[in-house]
Amino acid sequence: MIPRLDLRGLTKRYGATTALAGVDLTVHPGEVHALVGENGAGKSTLIKILAGVVAPDAGTMAIDGRPWAGADPAAARAAGIAVVHQELAIAPDLSVADNICLGRWPAASGWLRRGERDRIAAEALFRLGHDLPLHRRAGNLGPGERQLIEISRALLSAPRILILDEPTSSLTREDAERLLGTIRRLAREGVAVILISHYLEEVLDVADRWTVLRDGAAVARGATTDTDAATLVRHMVGRSVAEAYPRVPHTLGDPVLVLDRIQAAGRPAVSLTLRAGEILGIFGLVGAGRTETLRALFGLDPGGGSARLDGAAAPRRPAAWWRRACGLVSEDRKGEGLWLDRSIADNLTATRLGAYARGGWLSGGRQRTAAAGWIERLGVRCRDPRQPVGALSGGNQQKVAIGRLLHHGCRILLLDEPTRGVDIGAKAEIYRMIGEHAAAGGSTIVVSSYLPEILGLCDTAAALGRGGLSPVRPVAEWTETTLCAAALETAR
Amino acid sequence: MNPARERLARILDAAGPIIALLVVVAVLRVTVGPDLLGWRNIQNVLTQAVIVATGAVGMTVIIVAGGIDLSCGAVIALCAVLCARVLGTPPELGPDAGPMAAWWAWLAGLPDWTAIPVAVLAGVLVGLLNGSLITGLRQLPFIVTLGMMGAARGAAKWQADERTVTFDAPALTSLMARPRPPMADAAWWAWVQVAPAVWILLGLAVLASLLMQATVLGRQLYAVGSNEAAARLCGIRVPWVKITAYAIGGACFGWAGALSAARLAVGDPTTAVGLELDIIAAVIVGGASLGGGTGTVAGAVVGALLMAWLRNGSLLLGWAPYTQEMLIGGAIVAAVALDRWRRRGRA
Repeated sequence: MIPRLDLRGLTKRYGATTALAGVDLTVHPGEVHALVGENGAGKSTLIKILAGVVAPDAGTMAIDGRPWAGADPAAARAAGIAVVHQELAIAPDLSVADNICLGRWPAASGWLRRGERDRIAAEALFRLGHDLPLHRRAGNLGPGERQLIEISRALLSAPRILILDEPTSSLTREDAERLLGTIRRLAREGVAVILISHYLEEVLDVADRWTVLRDGAAVARGATTDTDAATLVRHMVGRSVAEAYPRVPHTLGDPVLVLDRIQAAGRPAVSLTLRAGEILGIFGLVGAGRTETLRALFGLDPGGGSARLDGAAAPRRPAAWWRRACGLVSEDRKGEGLWLDRSIADNLTATRLGAYARGGWLSGGRQRTAAAGWIERLGVRCRDPRQPVGALSGGNQQKVAIGRLLHHGCRILLLDEPTRGVDIGAKAEIYRMIGEHAAAGGSTIVVSSYLPEILGLCDTAAALGRGGLSPVRPVAEWTETTLCAAALETAR
Repeated sequence: MNPARERLARILDAAGPIIALLVVVAVLRVTVGPDLLGWRNIQNVLTQAVIVATGAVGMTVIIVAGGIDLSCGAVIALCAVLCARVLGTPPELGPDAGPMAAWWAWLAGLPDWTAIPVAVLAGVLVGLLNGSLITGLRQLPFIVTLGMMGAARGAAKWQADERTVTFDAPALTSLMARPRPPMADAAWWAWVQVAPAVWILLGLAVLASLLMQATVLGRQLYAVGSNEAAARLCGIRVPWVKITAYAIGGACFGWAGALSAARLAVGDPTTAVGLELDIIAAVIVGGASLGGGTGTVAGAVVGALLMAWLRNGSLLLGWAPYTQEMLIGGAIVAAVALDRWRRRGRA
């Protein structure tokens, strides 16, 4: 049988880093093929190549036995490839029918053919086995319904290869199950489906075959009938690269922060206790609500539950948290973590400018002198404290972001994905900073989707899934497999 | 939001500006007295609203597409001057006449019927320039049109030679005047006696509504304003849509310029200062969001009427002009606050 999609030796490099190293992938018509791997394993690069957004450096691609060059989104569409991206592209002010036909409205010499538009939209929804009111405003619908709009839109072009990138990460359990049923049916109709998902139970449930990507290479593949989740996890995490997790000796003291059913909107409630000198890791997959829970705790988003800090009621607003010497580092460094166009000195000292002011007048000189000291301490590689922080590498930016909390004198650090987009060398330095903070009696909560980091850095760890938080245990009692399994188990 | 509440919200969205207009008129009727709804006064209000309303029709297209045009007041002045140049008498071409005098002489030599097309064309050209600068330089519409506001005002003064351009063209001025011979106020058919420009506005609004609601271009305008990234992903040529929006808007501003010349019976380069804010306010009061993606032509026309009536009412009450200005300012803030309240909880 001629495969619908046949990739051979696909390679892509970005500068010195290899995103894809000779990946082979074969998908047949009527097959659901799951692509799994940790963040940064190369899944998104592979999708971008298939969508024609980036060109591969080496390797061949063939669709139905015909060679395909790629590197052209329009050609990808013409070749029958449709991608449903993780970030939804919905025009909230337009109707459901308009969104399904977005950019491809039926027309007669410029006049919109409303009846035809509604018929096309209804037909696409019918093919999905769903029914949405065609004239409702798309912005008023829930994430599950918006996801349906996107898939209906992808179906308009009668795709032969349908790529779904984490289609269920923003869906409730029922919506996710309905969607997976729909995916199966599309495959039965002869579409070749590539499903990217973090949810292994989902993968085993719906896919026929799977491929594990790790560090840009396809390390294992097989059929789901003779595979279990543990096998997939072993392939996903079984890395050979021994990474340095410098451990600074420290001891755990009394409880300082107690979370009692802290809950972000639509997310599971989280209760835990953080002790002095503790580095507590929360492992979770994308979509489990790690970031949302942390933001709700810090008062950035509305949420429920209560927390106690040093035995007294915990603050509810970010400013009050800072006054009580607790700081948060956002996972979104560019969006809200740093002022990229402001100087390193401004970014480091932003929360405690009063130390450099007299009667409201800021002394830029003293601010920069202090910043220079911190740059030295944190090992930030830069020219000058006046340099815009956006000019630094990701690792050095992250050192500045965490350094802001240390400069503030924070006892409790809430770190959301502290090493995302950071190279291995800078990672080790960040781990050392966190360890030294713990040795000085400070406490840290690290939220991460990177298993080795949780196990190598933290004293205690728990897994957060869609169902809630697992018990917090010392890391010695966890392995990568059990922690990953716990994240999936709590999803039940 | 459940479907029933959504339907209610949609009805309120559509009817909101009209309800607000009725409330304002009712309150004024009580305070001012029967004069407010006399035919003569209604005709006054309509004639006063017509320039802002014409501009608001064009501005709706731009705002729905996620843009803004601060230059429209200056463009109206420029187009009024050019319109007057076509209708005016040619300047004396002495031996030391520059190229500008020759250009003005050429304009004045054009047949009178081209005056309005020239004004509209000038508006379209400025709109095309605005749109091209915004998409070509990837600049914020606010910045580009702020610059254009100064440039077009300067161009208007330059084209008018820093004077007002006089002309004698009853055909044009009659656009903004009540038809002659005057008919009895009380007659049942008195309503047809409004200035022709009001009727033309009605036709323009219907045309623009059809464009926005019933054509593919209309869908594209809403899609670009609602989520530009999604529009691009789905193959809509976003720059082309934006440039088109500014050109359509420019055409309306050109026509509004011709009406301005008709009302003043001269081409005055210093007219319509600050009018861009009235026009934008009319669109917002009419239910559009400054963020783009929502708004209707009908709403914008009603918004212009509402503000004209507020002005007219406070005039009849003998309030000082500054009171009117404060009232209008309050109305804009109230309209936007109401809009926020109506939209809370929406994506």
